[in-house]
Parts: sequence; structure tokens; C-alpha cells
Amino acid sequence: MSVFAFYLFAISAITGGLFTVVSRQPVHSVLWLILAFISSAGLFVLLGAEFVAMLLVIVYVGAVAVLFLFVVMMLDVDFAELKAEMARYMPLALLIGLVILMQFVIAFGSWESAATVAQNLSQPVPEGRHNTEALGLIIYDQYFLLFQLAGLILLVAMIGAIVLTLRHRQDVKRQNILAQIYRDPATAMELKDIKPGQGL
Amino acid sequence: MQADLSVILPEIVLAIYVMVALIGAVYTSKDKLAPLLVWVTAALMAVLGIWIGTSGSGSTEAFGGMIVDDAFSRFAKVAILLSAAAVMVMGQDYMSKRGMLRFEYPLLVALSTIGMMVMVSAGDLMALYMGLELQSLALYVVASLRRDSAKSTEAGLKYFVLGALSSGLLLYGASLVYGFAGTTLFSGIIEVAQHGHVTIGLLFGIVFLISGLAFKVSAVPFHMWTPDVYEGAPTPVTAFFASAPKVAAMGLFARVMHDAFGHAVQDWSQIVALLALLSMFLGAVAAIGQTDIKRLMAYSSIAHMGYALIGLAAGTELGIQALLIYMSIYVAMNIGTFAFIMMLHRDGKPVTDIRALNQYAKREPGRALGMLVLLFSLAGVPPMLGFFGKFFVLRAAVEADMAWLAIAGVIASVIGAYYYLRIVFFMYFGSEGVEVETSRSPVLLAFFSAGAALMLIGVISTFGLEGAASAAAAMLVH
Repeated sequence: MSVFAFYLFAISAITGGLFTVVSRQPVHSVLWLILAFISSAGLFVLLGAEFVAMLLVIVYVGAVAVLFLFVVMMLDVDFAELKAEMARYMPLALLIGLVILMQFVIAFGSWESAATVAQNLSQPVPEGRHNTEALGLIIYDQYFLLFQLAGLILLVAMIGAIVLTLRHRQDVKRQNILAQIYRDPATAMELKDIKPGQGL
Repeated sequence: MQADLSVILPEIVLAIYVMVALIGAVYTSKDKLAPLLVWVTAALMAVLGIWIGTSGSGSTEAFGGMIVDDAFSRFAKVAILLSAAAVMVMGQDYMSKRGMLRFEYPLLVALSTIGMMVMVSAGDLMALYMGLELQSLALYVVASLRRDSAKSTEAGLKYFVLGALSSGLLLYGASLVYGFAGTTLFSGIIEVAQHGHVTIGLLFGIVFLISGLAFKVSAVPFHMWTPDVYEGAPTPVTAFFASAPKVAAMGLFARVMHDAFGHAVQDWSQIVALLALLSMFLGAVAAIGQTDIKRLMAYSSIAHMGYALIGLAAGTELGIQALLIYMSIYVAMNIGTFAFIMMLHRDGKPVTDIRALNQYAKREPGRALGMLVLLFSLAGVPPMLGFFGKFFVLRAAVEADMAWLAIAGVIASVIGAYYYLRIVFFMYFGSEGVEVETSRSPVLLAFFSAGAALMLIGVISTFGLEGAASAAAAMLVH
């Protein structure tokens, strides 16, 4: 049964990946990409990594793919032209792809891991702990440094996004909250005593 | 944990400084603070560099072997910190005048430097990748710092897309290596590779890893981004690209190949030798037709990376020593040359066309002479320091029975000398053209003259460079 599930997910992941690249409509590409993500999440479940699988669905499908959809819809890019450009290099690309594919077949056909590989592999999920707990233990303990470095990378990404996109425009009227709070009737209103029958 | 943290104390200090400075600048005067931040960041980096250079000893592992602090990483860190500080100070005036200096610039450079420091002391494939991404991501942003210029934006985007591709290759290679060894620690990988022969699968992993790393050092055939990015980025940023990140990437390259695959030297040395050969020749030939000095320096850096890779291809202690010496000299030459490029302007606009240097020697004999020394050194003409860098790598190649590579290196250097000497020709014997003005910035002049002077003084005494490099190499090579 699990073998059947594996092949099902594997085939749909590859199909999704393939159609992401070749489909004509960019929106379709994103939808195929979502299929590829979900199939990969299925593969993670088969490996017993439920938490990673859920993360993949929530983060990649829920956030990243939706973001892609927005970008694709908002950008005015002529994809047909890009595709035509790509077609020019297609024969060369196919040739290179074929050569690499053949090399992969050789590499994986005779794949052998090191004799001592079993000793090196630590058990992915220790007995008696569930997935999330095991991950938390390893990330905040053994891989503490990497976790902090990932934080620094995200900080760079944030600074970068602000540096490259934020513009201070001078001609825009901005809300001044302090001025609003300190407004009172004395400064906001001007009382005029208008005599009957006369204009202002 | 405390012992682990003390190993990466310089990185922590720099990271905390960046965060404090970021908050401080955001809440106070923002870009008005930028020139001050440049100087403070540079001073901090220089102090950290001197601290690392004088304090550490022996070899310590931290975080379960994920971070290694040894003579090699200290050598690379000192070179990275000092060159990054120098380049940042050099560019301050140039960027302020053209309104490019945002307060984020020094902080992004500092964050990138933290990434580089992690790179050269990585003892694990994951730490390697984290350092590399931290460094690259900050570089992508500073490349497109001049965001209202199409060229600068293009440079950043091109660098980003191709960089992401190379990261993908590197990660794929890392996953294959993990599949073979069952561990991402370099110490674990080398132990496993020691027992059995190198299988095709592992070799595949190594090839992908090398491809990813070759992109970062801009070795042929992964060099395509270099000329466009160098040309499009603001000149001070280009100067930065050509110095510290190159040292870091080369240091990382050497560390992975020796620390993780030190027992399979004969398997990867021919791949690296091919990269070196192609880089030297492409760098020498493609630069001939360039008229933009920043593009020319890009091809020059490709060629120089080729020479440095000879040291790695040799696969010996002598080779690593030569590589470290070569990179140090290369950085010093580049800082001097870029200081000169930043001085040139016409009506306040930077000039990068080499034909603008026509008859330069008549107007500015002193600076022309300094540039002549630097260009001779870049070309590797004997009395200058640049020649000794080349001499060391070629000697390492000959001693490792790779005489053919050394001969190819000499031929490529003769071809490459043409375009350096062409600039000298323009300066001294060129025809009269439109004049170019020279900035009187004392900082630029100081770095320019120091760079040129070093090319001459270095021949007499290298200030212990050889000894330090040799100690560093002894730590790395098994």
C-alpha cells in the first residue's frame, strides 16, 4: 500500500514539476506548482515527517504559491515572447539535459553509500517523542547556531526589501496623529458673531 | 555552550553592533548618520580583524564541529575584515557625493561580512550554506543600491537569479554527499571517504558542490554574471565584490575540498585544474576588447581566480599556502586600483572609459606612476609583488607534478599583460583626448598610494605573510 502511495505521489510531483515549466499560462504554472508541493508533502508523510509535510502545505501552498499568483497577475510580462526566446535555445538545452540525465542514470544505477553510513545516520525521530518535539529539540539545541544564522538571513531580506522599495515622497500628505490629538476647540474653531441681515 | 559561543565571539559582536546601529539609525537621523556609520563599522571590523589575528591559537571546534577555528580560518578572517573595512571607507566620499549612501549600506556590508566569517570557518555542509546565503543575499541588495539606474538594478537582479541557481546546484551536491556519507559534518565525511573508494555518486556530489562554489569565485564556465554585475553596480560596491567576498569564497572552496574530501585529492584536482585553466585564458583573452575599466577589472578578476585555483588544484600544503598568499596580494592590488578608478570623474560624473586616461601622465605624473606600478603588479611583471603571487602558485603546481598547468599559467599571463599595459600606453603615449578630472579625496589617495607602495615594499618584506599562510595551510591539508 505504501509503495503504491509512494509511486502515486512521486508521479504527480514529477508531472506537476514538468507542467510548471511547460504550460503556456503562467497562472496554470502556479497551479501545477501547487500540485508539486502537495505531492512532496505526501512523500514527507510517507517518510513519517508529518510536521514538515504540514509546513510545506501551509507555508508553500498557503503563502508562497498565493504570492506567486498575485505577482503573476500584477506583472505585465509577455510570457509568449519569453517562451519564443526559450525555443531558440531548446535544442541545445535538450542536448545538455539528455547528457546530464544519462550521467544521473549511471550515478544512481550504481549508487552505493559508504559502508559506515548506518552508524552516522542518527535516528530521525527518537522513541516516545513526536515529530514536532523532536524537531524542536534538534533545532534549538544542536542546530542553535544555524537557527540564529537563518534569523540573520531573514533580517538581511527585510532590510533589502526596504532599501530597494521604500521611497519617501515629499508631496504626499501624511497623518500627524500627535497634532490630531492636541487639537481642541480653541484651535480648531473660530467663532464669529454674525449680525442678522448682514453677511460675513 | 559558553565555550562554543566564545569561539564565534567576533561574529556575535559584529551582529549585535549591526542590530543596535540599525535601530539607532532608524529612530534618529537615518541617512544623515550614514557617513559616521561607515567609519564606525569599518573601525569595528578593523579592530576585530586585528583581535582575531593576534589572539587565537591552535584549533578549536564549536557547536559539535559545525564551526572550526584554526589558523586557516583566522588568516582568511583577518583578510576579509581588513579588506572589507578598507573598501567601505574608500567608497564613503564617492557615495555621499552622488547621494547613494544610505545608512543600510555599511550595515549590509557588515552582515555580509558575518556570512563570510562563517563561511571560512564552516565545518559542516549546513553551516557552509547558511554563511554563503547570508553573504550572498546582502551582496545582491548592495549590487542594486542605485535603484533608479537600470544598469544597477539589472546587475542586482542578474546576480540574484544566477546566484539562486548556483545555490541550488550546491545544495543538490550537498544532498548527494549526505546520501553517501550519512552526515553533513566535514570531519564525518572525510572519515567515511577514507574507508572506501570514491564512488560515482559521491563524485557527482563533489562536482555539483564545485559548480556552486565556482560560481561564487566566478571561475569559468560559471563566470557569466561577473562583467555585468561589476559594470552595473556602483564602483565602491564593485570594489567590495572584487575583494572580501572573493577571499571568503576561495577560503570556503579550499576548506571544503581539503577538510571534507582531503583523501580524494586526485579525484577533484583535475576538475579544479580545468576551472583554473579556462579562467586564466578566458580572463586574459576576453578583457582585450573591453573599454570600460570596471568590465576590464571583472575579466581581470576572473583570470586572477584562475591563478588562485592553481594553488587549490595542486592539492598540497604548498598549494594552499600559495593560494592564501595570492589572494592577499590580489586584494591589496584591487584596493589600490579601485581607489584610482573612484578618483576619476568628469563634471561630477564617474568616468570608467579607459580612453579617458589618454595623456594622463602629463597632467598627473605622480598618480600615473602609482597606477603604472599597480597595473604592472596585476599583470605579474617581475619586480612587483604581483609577480611573487604568481610565482608561488606556479611553483606549487610544478611541485605537484602539474607542470603543464604552470606553463599554461605563464602563457595566459603573457596574453593578459597586453590589456594592463594598454592602459599604461594610454596614460603615457595616448593621443590627446577629452580631459578627465581627478578627485582630491585624501582617503582615496591614501589607499591608492598605500596599495602602490605595498607592491614595491612587499618585494623586500611581506610582513610575515608567508609564515602565516604556511601555518594556515598546515592546519588545513591532511
